[in-house]
Amino acid sequence: MNRVIINQEYCKGCGYCIQICPQKVLSFSEEFNTHGYYPANVGRREVCIGCGFCAQVCPDVAISVYRGDEL
Amino acid sequence: MKTVFERPHSLFDLPYPYCPGCHHGLAQRLIAEVIDELSISDRTIGVGPVGCSVYIYEHIDVDFVMGAHGRSPAIATGIKRSRPGTIVFSYQGDGDIAAIGTAEIIHAANRGENISCFFINNAIYGMTGGQMAPTSLLGQKTQTSPRGRKVQTEGYPFHLCEMLAVSEGSAYIARVALTNPRLIKKAKEAIRKAFLTQIEEQGFSLVEILSPCPTNWRLPPLEAVKWLEEHLMATYRIGEIKVKEGVTNAC
Repeated sequence: MNRVIINQEYCKGCGYCIQICPQKVLSFSEEFNTHGYYPANVGRREVCIGCGFCAQVCPDVAISVYRGDEL
Repeated sequence: MKTVFERPHSLFDLPYPYCPGCHHGLAQRLIAEVIDELSISDRTIGVGPVGCSVYIYEHIDVDFVMGAHGRSPAIATGIKRSRPGTIVFSYQGDGDIAAIGTAEIIHAANRGENISCFFINNAIYGMTGGQMAPTSLLGQKTQTSPRGRKVQTEGYPFHLCEMLAVSEGSAYIARVALTNPRLIKKAKEAIRKAFLTQIEEQGFSLVEILSPCPTNWRLPPLEAVKWLEEHLMATYRIGEIKVKEGVTNAC
């Protein structure tokens, strides 16, 4: 399964990744982080195609994307 | 397992101090990626400006010098001339490069200094609280133009790229935006070309990066990006504005 890892302490909840995701994998978290932002959350991991668009548009470099089953 | 995206090696693992939705982090990431790909981090020197862009020195793992307001191209000139083997770049905002530092950038370009400049244009003064910049659009409401920018009193938006392209000393001038993955890829190519222009000693290179300032535009991040696409990109056309002969071959 493809993996999207979001560093929730770096995320400021701008929503760019949520809007750009073609599979609607991401959504806002219901809990805020230590800075008071509602970060993005990987909600529907099973439908992720590993395109990496979310990481490309993230202004805070909070996202890493991996393809494949291992790890 | 295949890595699709990871933080570039030259970018420190630190949270950015910028407001939500600001493209400074994205622009700095692209510069770090290009520095990694060209393997030039050990001989690159950056020149920081005054304004929000200043925080670049905390995030990219190369040597940095801080310039007085707008004087980064002059400092970069000095570094490049005294240490010719280094790769020197300046990273400046619109208040820095297009307002107080107009003289420095125009003369650095006209002398054909072999440096690269990255110019973040968000059409407003960010750090000082949203005052009108020379790059603000006509009709744009800011702290110091509450009824919108007027030609009669404040003149026209400042097209720095087109101005520098006229100069014979400039080799590569491009304007890019970072609003979607396709444009981000193009922007990275432009940044790579700017560095390669310098490595191949072709002359002065500048990349203008259009960026939103959601805080001072008084818009949520997603609406700010939409405003950028509709208004800023209509006034400031993106694309390669000048590619001197010889530059394309080098890339």
